[in-house]
Amino acid sequence: MSANFYFGVEVFLNGLMAGVMYSLVALGFVLIFKASGIFNYAQGVMALFAALTLVGFQNGQIPFAHLINAIFGTDLHHFGWHMPAFLAILCALGVMILFAFLVERYILKHLVNQEPIILFMATIGLAYFMEGFGDLMWGSDIKKLDVGIPQGGNIWLEENTAFLGGEDFYGFYLDNLDIWATVLAAILVTSLVLFSQYTKTGRALRAVADDHQAALSVGISLRSIWVIVWSIAGFVALVAGIMWGSKSGVQFSLSLIALKALPVLMLGGFTSIPGAIIGGLIIGVGEKMFEFLIGAPFLGGATENWFAYMLALLFLVFRPQGLFGEKIIERV
Amino acid sequence: MNAIDSYLTPDGRTIGAPVMEMKNITLRFGGVVAIKDISFDIREGEIRAIIGPNGAGKSSMLNVMNGFYHPQEGEVHFRGEKRGPMRPHQIAHQGIARTFQNIALFKGMSTLDNIMTGRLTHMKTGMLSQIKWWGAAQREETANRELVEKIIDFLEIQTIRKTPVGRLPYGLQKRVELGRALAAEPKLLLLDEPMAGMNVEEKEDMSRFILDVNDEFGTTIALIEHDMGVVMDIADRVVVMDYGKKIGDGTPEEVRTNQDVIDAYLGVAHD
Ligand SMILES: Nc1ncnc2c1ncn2[C@@H]1O[C@H](COP(=O)(O)OP(=O)(O)O)[C@@H](O)[C@H]1O
Ligand SMILES: [Mg+2]
Repeated sequence: MSANFYFGVEVFLNGLMAGVMYSLVALGFVLIFKASGIFNYAQGVMALFAALTLVGFQNGQIPFAHLINAIFGTDLHHFGWHMPAFLAILCALGVMILFAFLVERYILKHLVNQEPIILFMATIGLAYFMEGFGDLMWGSDIKKLDVGIPQGGNIWLEENTAFLGGEDFYGFYLDNLDIWATVLAAILVTSLVLFSQYTKTGRALRAVADDHQAALSVGISLRSIWVIVWSIAGFVALVAGIMWGSKSGVQFSLSLIALKALPVLMLGGFTSIPGAIIGGLIIGVGEKMFEFLIGAPFLGGATENWFAYMLALLFLVFRPQGLFGEKIIERV
Repeated sequence: MNAIDSYLTPDGRTIGAPVMEMKNITLRFGGVVAIKDISFDIREGEIRAIIGPNGAGKSSMLNVMNGFYHPQEGEVHFRGEKRGPMRPHQIAHQGIARTFQNIALFKGMSTLDNIMTGRLTHMKTGMLSQIKWWGAAQREETANRELVEKIIDFLEIQTIRKTPVGRLPYGLQKRVELGRALAAEPKLLLLDEPMAGMNVEEKEDMSRFILDVNDEFGTTIALIEHDMGVVMDIADRVVVMDYGKKIGDGTPEEVRTNQDVIDAYLGVAHD
């Protein structure tokens, strides 16, 4: 095999790894959409907020320090301790669950039976509120996030695959962080699927997704299901926030990862969990392979920025319900 | 008849004290009065039918019983106690199960899973201990599964256990929906037009299931039916509604000979 073939394989692997992360972010959307018919515009900001909170706990930042200092003329910044990563993650998760309760209590509860567009608007409001609130609480400077995930190329893999491709091939170069992210995301995605298929709550969750009235009639409380679903979405946001934040710092642009999920949803369908998983993988692999095979050699590169949207557009035209979405049939 | 504590049916079953009492129920939607000052009761062990033309307010009445609608006036008494403002899922936990006029199944789930959701009100293990293969949760799941299998046998739907219900023909979907309600082992079972849209054979099957449920498990049933004929065959007592009002209440024989009922069904002009 020529070295070029192995470069192709390496690109493919990188694509798969990016894809798993896309799947994860898309799953956050799908869960909420299925259970409550809401397209949650705030999903990206939730990831940002979760990462900010995590860094805040780790570094012992005093929440609202700027506000407190401005009002009382004090000069507070830090509690002076450093929290272990694991504990900080648990605390951040706690905050996201609390957040889910508040969203249900103060927003969803009041919007039952409203049009989807109204619910969507509410999540836009929520996104801007959270963005501002996150800034106010933890400050708006770019923060470094380190929870101990190794970074840099995986030497072991590189050395042990070098023999494959002869003279010009030095072995697969994969980033440790990406490998970790992939493994974690894959575990998370698998547990979410198992949870929804094999637990009582999972069954209730699927029931709510299918029919609200029927779910109520068998004794399922919609409101507790919503809290659960938003908590799970908060957890997914936290994991995505950790991965992206470790890579490129915790800053506003982190909230834009949600944009990457949009084409995945169009491909996979907004209501399909397998769709989100497969859709994420297709887009991850597709954009990397397209860049490698066509983009870089023939189109001057940088095709990764638009490839996903192109693919989504094609799907919208030819298969608007997505790969696995239910066929949309208007009843007349 | 309402004053006595129990009565005997022609086929020899003893009908007991009221399970549910509707007292002076009035329900309005804006200007529309869907239910106008209606009172009646449903007694332990009986099959109580609510009949009436389209738009009479029958479904609305069922929705009041299971808490989807909250009447502006009147009281609902369940098992001897006045019911406060309750949400539908809480009422389900009190032991009221139902089916819907337009089938409301979980379309993406299998027959088995759909009927299993009917057991939710009987499941107790908490959020974190419920992974299928963990001790208590597993025992609970197995116990519930056994009952669900019995219901599946009873309704003769073994062959479609694993089929996603969205793919089933209409008649079978109705049967699965009945199965889900039965799985709750309800103290009161509400059926909204269980035979609507069925062919003669399917109607006979469904009538037989309803009679058997009542007979074998002693389940109290309130059912809505559009078709007078079917009701006369299976109901112990019948409430007749028309334009939101109660125009008749009694045994099938009594309502059949009631002049107001005859008028409503023959479409005599309302004054
Ligand atoms: N959710 C609702 N909103 C407004 N009007 C309703 C609602 N539900 C029922 N109605 C009205 O109440 C009346 C009785 O309807 P319904 O109870 O469905 O009758 P039936 O089941 O006897 O055919 C109808 O005029 C119907 O339009
Ligand atoms: Mg009706």
